[in-house]
Amino acid sequence: MKLRWLASYGPAFVLTVALLAIWELAVRADLSLANFLPSPSSIWSALSLNWGVIYDNTIPTLMETVLGLFVSTALGLLLAILLDLSSWSRRAIYPLLITSQTVPLVALAPLMLIWFGFGIMPKVIIVTLYCFFPIAVATADGLASAEPDLLKLLKSMGASRWQTLWLVRLPGALPSFYSGLRIAATYSVTGAIVGEFVGAEKGLGIYMVTSANSHAIPVVFATIFITAILSLAFFSLVNIMERLTLPWYHASRLPLQDASSMGQRPLAR
Amino acid sequence: MQSPKLLVQGVSKSFRQGSQWLETLRPIDLEVAPGEFVSLIGPSGCGKSTLFNIIAGLEQPDSGSVAIDGDEKSQRTGKTGYMPQQPLLLPWRSVEENVMLGLDVRRVPRQQARVQARELLKHFGLSDFAQHYPATLSGGMRQRVALLRTVLFNPKFLLLDEPFGALDALTRLSCQMWLLDLWQEVHASVLFITHDVREAILLSDRIYLMSARPAQILRVAEVHLERPRRAAQLADAEVVQLEQELIALLVKEQVL
Repeated sequence: MKLRWLASYGPAFVLTVALLAIWELAVRADLSLANFLPSPSSIWSALSLNWGVIYDNTIPTLMETVLGLFVSTALGLLLAILLDLSSWSRRAIYPLLITSQTVPLVALAPLMLIWFGFGIMPKVIIVTLYCFFPIAVATADGLASAEPDLLKLLKSMGASRWQTLWLVRLPGALPSFYSGLRIAATYSVTGAIVGEFVGAEKGLGIYMVTSANSHAIPVVFATIFITAILSLAFFSLVNIMERLTLPWYHASRLPLQDASSMGQRPLAR
Repeated sequence: MQSPKLLVQGVSKSFRQGSQWLETLRPIDLEVAPGEFVSLIGPSGCGKSTLFNIIAGLEQPDSGSVAIDGDEKSQRTGKTGYMPQQPLLLPWRSVEENVMLGLDVRRVPRQQARVQARELLKHFGLSDFAQHYPATLSGGMRQRVALLRTVLFNPKFLLLDEPFGALDALTRLSCQMWLLDLWQEVHASVLFITHDVREAILLSDRIYLMSARPAQILRVAEVHLERPRRAAQLADAEVVQLEQELIALLVKEQVL
């Protein structure tokens, strides 16, 4: 178990440490660089010096992200079901959905500020706009890929359309839904930051902007570091949720394993 | 007189293929009496499955009528225990929950459905696997589970489409014997598709042999073998003769 964990994450860890070491050495070798690019060690000390403030600004960003992800999930699932209702609804909704993704959200953010003020709501909307799309598209694909013979079987039992959706198609689409949610989770924190960039009372985004304005470059990097950690945490959280809710999915990828070892292996492929 | 479980009269079907009509079923007559085991054999691609889809209510015939329990007017979906070629178990449901699927569709309360599924699994020797996921089962086990799912949904009339076609010879034989036990226990009427002549003889009271497309009934053979059936009966002189005769007819029909 431990060895396996080491085998799957070890290489990434080694590469990260090597890159950080090169970075540190490069900055120390040429001190004029330090004005533009702080070394990892100075970023680390900026992080520990300003930890209280950074923590304070992390909480609102976290709230916006979580709320945005919840709304995205609900909206994404709803849209996936609507897309799947008929070929007519698919033709009607799909183009609109894709067009919605061509709108540069960075441009929309200041408008959100004008419409909804400095509170949490405009950020949640931005996060949602970033995140609902991958969830909707992945889930719709999952719903569409239900086995035709299985649908025939349900029909022969006299199942209604909604029964078929609830008993067969939605559970079958869950792995695809999680793929979408994984992508959404990695975008979500960035979405909140973009929302805060244009104006917020508190949050990592606005803290980044004010730090940059006062040329506190190591602090900006420290904030970026926290943002990355948050994104990774959300990504892992989705993976854990998937493992807990879809034990069968991981069991079916390990044919003829005994049931006791199911669902406990990281990245068993 | 009791009306037959299934009465098919003059059912025909054509499909559109491009600008042409492809005749799949010539008018077909067929009957299954209550408690009878009837097989349908024919060359591959002859339209057996189309006939099944029509009987199960998934498709409508161009002409003719299909009556289940003497009723030819109302919807046929939900009135048959239809089992397609693939087991089609839901990978996210345990064996027990897969067996319950039909009762979920019928909106039977879950607790009650679970009790029924458990009893059935126990009765037919599968209770050790009740909590397993289908992915962990062998091919023969999956077919048995799919059969029990079908039986729990409708024990009275089973439509089985080559359920053992993909199994190896030994597993197939044990599944066949298991099916015969099950059939006698639940007093089901069975219509069974196969293209294995021996299988048809071993299991059936009557065999309908279909021609290549467009399909029609070429021969109806009664099988007068003592029940319960044993694999050894396949060596009886009259069985061998019937087998040879049916195979000869099938070989002529098989499109290369």
